[in-house]
Amino acid sequence: MSMATRKRDKIDALVARSADQGGGVSLLGDAARRLARNPVAIVGAVIVVLFILLAIFAPWIAPKDPTTQYLIGEIRQNTPLPARDGFPLGTDQFGRDLLSRLIVGSRQSLIVGVMATLIGLVAGMIIGGVAGAVGGWVDSLLMRFTDILLSVPGLLLAISIAALAKEPSQWSVITAVAIVSVPIFARLLRGSMLAQRGTDHVLAARALGVKESTIVFRHMLPNSVSPVIVQATLTLATAIIDAAALSFLGLGDQDVSRAEWGAMLGEGARVYFDVAPSMTLWPGVAIVLVALGFTLLGESLREALDPKNRR
Amino acid sequence: MLRFIVRRLLGVIPTLFVLSFLLFGWLRLLPGGPAGALLGDKATPESIASVNKVLGLDQPIPVQYAKFLGRILTGDFGNSLSKSRPVVEELADALPATIELAVAALIFAVGLGIPLGYLAARRRGGIFDNSTIMGTLVGVAVPVFLLGYLLKKYIATDLGLFETSGRVDTGMNETNVTGFKILDALMTREWDVLVNALSHLVLPAIVLGTIPLAVIVRITRASVLDVLNEDYVRTAEAKGLLGKTVRRRHVLRNALLPVSTTIGLQTGLLLAGAVLTEKVFVWNGLGSLLAEGIEKRDYPRLQALILLVAFVYVIVNLLVDISYAIIDPRVRVR
Repeated sequence: MSMATRKRDKIDALVARSADQGGGVSLLGDAARRLARNPVAIVGAVIVVLFILLAIFAPWIAPKDPTTQYLIGEIRQNTPLPARDGFPLGTDQFGRDLLSRLIVGSRQSLIVGVMATLIGLVAGMIIGGVAGAVGGWVDSLLMRFTDILLSVPGLLLAISIAALAKEPSQWSVITAVAIVSVPIFARLLRGSMLAQRGTDHVLAARALGVKESTIVFRHMLPNSVSPVIVQATLTLATAIIDAAALSFLGLGDQDVSRAEWGAMLGEGARVYFDVAPSMTLWPGVAIVLVALGFTLLGESLREALDPKNRR
Repeated sequence: MLRFIVRRLLGVIPTLFVLSFLLFGWLRLLPGGPAGALLGDKATPESIASVNKVLGLDQPIPVQYAKFLGRILTGDFGNSLSKSRPVVEELADALPATIELAVAALIFAVGLGIPLGYLAARRRGGIFDNSTIMGTLVGVAVPVFLLGYLLKKYIATDLGLFETSGRVDTGMNETNVTGFKILDALMTREWDVLVNALSHLVLPAIVLGTIPLAVIVRITRASVLDVLNEDYVRTAEAKGLLGKTVRRRHVLRNALLPVSTTIGLQTGLLLAGAVLTEKVFVWNGLGSLLAEGIEKRDYPRLQALILLVAFVYVIVNLLVDISYAIIDPRVRVR
């Protein structure tokens, strides 16, 4: 199966780099210390924490109700209104306050990103964990399956899955983005677990007569998750960007009252960019910032967990 | 070498086979099946049954699959729902546009990415290095279509540079030879068409090339850094070779190996990004066909498109594997 070889090799290389980290506890402590000293990691973490706080407290922070149509009398031919008193960023085409929609929209974007990543993570970890723990033909079968998913470019796979939904919704977006991430998580965990098989502490546990299930859950799994955690952080960024792309193609949430960055960006860019660019630019800035935050955090996590950088 | 190529070629067959099987199943995952998708809101149990009979969907699944495979192998994907034209014709018309765009994007990404990545590695830890890395991270975080609209408004509309929709102006009386506008203009020496076509190509190529550019910069930088630490580079320097010679003959040549693989991998990104870029710039290629197919739920067209894209992706990866084996003999043994 040559088509997915490249992507597969990339994932396997990631595994190899984090595989021989015998230390465990001291490595994590080490990594945390290095992370705290890295300004890039701090910037990423600050963006991510602010975003999560904003999403949690959105209804209390937003100055206005995000679904009320305020200046409906002044809207002519669905044209958004520019900034004015009480509406610092202006309104959308229905006279709803853009700032409030932006603040409340963080919630939906967080939900879409987190749910998609979580579903992909759990499914991928089950597949990868079973493949890595059982091995043999089960492993080959499951890995063939991931190879096929990897053989279609990610966004195209997401599009083909999302296009299956009769009524596109938040959930069809989440499902599509989640499925794309499954093979990556599966390969990462499986690779790390296989690398753990031959390590001294696993052999020692086996020699001591420890039950196989205990070896898998207590010894192999905890030592295998760090590349998966890094990937999850990075996937949060791609999930939010891909969700925006699906919205732009008309495969996003069809509920127009719900504020969501991807939908705001998609709709604003497609219809109103020439008359009211701010309607597109603000959600755009928000998405770029959050994606950047997750990426910075993920990349510095990877660097911190890489045993090559241990001092 | 020949054995390697044959082995790789044979490896492609099961992949395509499984893909065809998945696509066959994909249509059947639709709510209401293919008949339901064809009929849309007008579907009644009776009409679905009669369409199923016409489409041969009342036959056993293995028979259906065998017929489906047979039709694919003869290039028959049926008619698209929206235009009632053979899907294959639609694809053939759109393919040159997308290839032209993708090649331009790749030239932009490679031409800018390798020098940037190389310079960043040479100045590791400096301002240039850090800002380049930051730039690549931002480049990946910006949604493709947003970048498209940004360039369209702030460069094309506000500065009056470049064109923003289609491949040439409608008034242009260009001669169609191959379907590739640039190539045709060169062959027929229609210089005004050439200039016009290039002016249409610049912005979409930049938009489509941005993510590959970011990836290539990062890979080149990492790869040059790796090679700089190799023993043979130290040996070359110890021999007293000029820094220039070491860099060109030893560092760059070896560092570009992993980069060449990455370039092959970009076809996937390019094909996916083309869907968004072509929609923004009204570029009548495969991406526009796909985007329109999604809006109209034109499943025969989508099915053929996905298979074509996957096929192209598989073939390009195969070519990359083979070229890699030619450059680096160690790969063949694996």
